[in-house]
Amino acid sequence: MNLKKSRVLPGFTLSLGLSVFYFSLIVLLPAVTLVSNFLGISWEEIQFYLTDPRLLSAFRVTVITAFWASVINAFLGLLLAWILVRYEFPGKKFVDTLVDLPFALPTAVAGLILSALFATNGWVGQWLAPLGIQVSYTMLGIILAMVFTSIPFVVRSLQPVLEDLSPEFEEAAASLGASKPQIFFRIILPHIRPALMIGTALSFVRSLGEFGAVIFIAGNMPYATEVASLMIYTYIGEYNYAAAAAVAMVILVTSLLLLLIVQLAQSMYFRRYARES
Amino acid sequence: MQTYVARAPSTGGKWLIALGLFFVAILLILPLLLIFATAFKSGWNAFTQNLLDKDMLAAIRLTLLVAVITVPVNLVFGTLVAWCVTKFNFFGRKILIAFIDTPYAIPPVVAGLCYLLLYGNQGWLGEYLSEQNIQIMFAWPGIVLVTIFVTCPYVARELIPLMEVQGKDEEEAAVLLGASGWKMFLKVTLPNIKWALLYGTVLTTARAVGEFGSVAVVSGSIRGETNTLPLHVQLLHQDYNAVGAYTAALLLACFALLTLVLKSIFEWFEQRKLDRVESIK
Repeated sequence: MNLKKSRVLPGFTLSLGLSVFYFSLIVLLPAVTLVSNFLGISWEEIQFYLTDPRLLSAFRVTVITAFWASVINAFLGLLLAWILVRYEFPGKKFVDTLVDLPFALPTAVAGLILSALFATNGWVGQWLAPLGIQVSYTMLGIILAMVFTSIPFVVRSLQPVLEDLSPEFEEAAASLGASKPQIFFRIILPHIRPALMIGTALSFVRSLGEFGAVIFIAGNMPYATEVASLMIYTYIGEYNYAAAAAVAMVILVTSLLLLLIVQLAQSMYFRRYARES
Repeated sequence: MQTYVARAPSTGGKWLIALGLFFVAILLILPLLLIFATAFKSGWNAFTQNLLDKDMLAAIRLTLLVAVITVPVNLVFGTLVAWCVTKFNFFGRKILIAFIDTPYAIPPVVAGLCYLLLYGNQGWLGEYLSEQNIQIMFAWPGIVLVTIFVTCPYVARELIPLMEVQGKDEEEAAVLLGASGWKMFLKVTLPNIKWALLYGTVLTTARAVGEFGSVAVVSGSIRGETNTLPLHVQLLHQDYNAVGAYTAALLLACFALLTLVLKSIFEWFEQRKLDRVESIK
C-alpha cells in the first residue's frame, strides 16, 4: 500500500517541516557550534585545559557529590513513594503535590534558601553545628542542593510501578510464611528495581550539570567546593571560550551517554513489562 | 491484576510516614516558610520598598517579557511536533522523538555556552549580526533564545504519550465526514488534549520564569537592563541585601506554588474525565 495515499489526516508536511526547521534552529545549530568549536581546538590545548588540577578537582567534587546525592535520593525517593502509594494519612495529597516543588521552584531560589537554612546560624544548621556538622559552604551543601533539585525524578519513577504491584503476590508470600523483610527483598524490590535505577540515574545526570542551586550553597572554594558547571561559567567570564568549550564537551558527552543508556534500559524494561502483563 | 489500594498504616507504617514527613518538612516546607519569614523580617514597608525598587521592577518586566515570548512559541511548536510524531508514521520518527529530549540532557551552563559561541561577538553569526547592528548576546533576545531552548521539550513531552494512546481514529472520522483541517483540530483534537496542553504550558512558564544557569551565561547581568528575576536574586544576595533577595525569591516561590496548584487542578479534571469514561463502560 502506498503510505502517502493512506494518509487521511492533514498537516503532515507542514508539521514535520516546521518541527525539523525549529529543532535545527533551536537545538541542532547551537549544539553543532559547540562541537565544531571544540574540534577547532588543538589537541595540545585540550590536554592543557583538561589536566588543570583545579578543573580535575572540580570534576572529582562533581562526580562524588552527584553520586552521593543520587544514592540518598534512591532511599529517600523510595521512602516517599512508598508512603504515598501504600498508606492513607492526613495531608497525603498535599505532600504528593509538594514533591514537585523542586521542579517548579527556580534553582537559584532553592540554593538561596537551602544555604540560609543550613548555615551554622540557620533554622536547621544551628542544630547540626554542635554535632560538628557543617553543611553550607562544604561538599555536604552541594549534596543537599543536588538532593533537593533531583528528588522528584526518583519519586515519580517509582509511584506508578508501586501502584501496579498487585497485593496478591505479597498476600501469597505472607500466607506461605514469608516475613516482612523477605517480602520486601524477594517480591517488592525485584519488581521496582528497574524503575528505581532509572529514577536514580536521571537524578545523577541532573546533578552532574546542576548549577543554580549549587553555587549558592557551595561557597565555591577552588580545589574544594567548585563544581564542573561553575568552572565553565568561570572560563566564560574570563573570555577563555576554548577552555569552556573543552569542559562543556566532556560534561555534554557524559550526560548524553548516560541518558542514552537510561533510555535503552527503559525501552528494554517496558518491553519486558508489556510481555509480562 | 489489580492495583495497590492505599490503606490505613500499621505501627511500622506510621513510623515510615513519620520519617517521610520529617524529611518533607525539612527539605520542602521549612524552605518555603523561611522565604516568607526573611522577606518580611524588617516589616511590610521594607518589603514593599524592595518590591518597588526600579531594578526589581525592571527584572520583573524582563522576566515577564521572556515568558510572554517563549511560552506561545513553544506551545505552537510543541503541539506541531506532537501532532507530527503521533499521528503519522515516517522514516526517522523515533529519532525525532529522541531528539526532542536532548535539551533535558544539556546542562544549563553548557546550553548558554552553545548560544554564546553561535551569536557572540566571536561567534559564527556574531560578526554578521554586529555589522547589522543587531545585538543578541548580553541583551534580551539572547535571554529569550536560551529560554526557548531549555523549555522546548515540555509541551511536546506532555502531549506525546497522551496523543499516542488516543490514536487517530477520531480525527480520521472527522476528516472523512468532511471537516476541514482547522475544524478537526479545534473540535476533535483540542478537546482531547486540553488539560495536557494547559499543564505543558504551565510547566513551560514555570521553567521560563525560573531559568538561571543558561540565562546567567548570555545575559551579562546588567542591572536594570538584562537582569531577570532569578539573576536579580543572586545580585541582591551578593550585595548582602537579604530582604531584597528574599523579596525576589518570594515572588518566584509564589509563582512556583501557583504552578503546583494549577497542576493539581488539571490532574483533577483529567481524572474526573477518565472516571466518567470508565463509568460509561
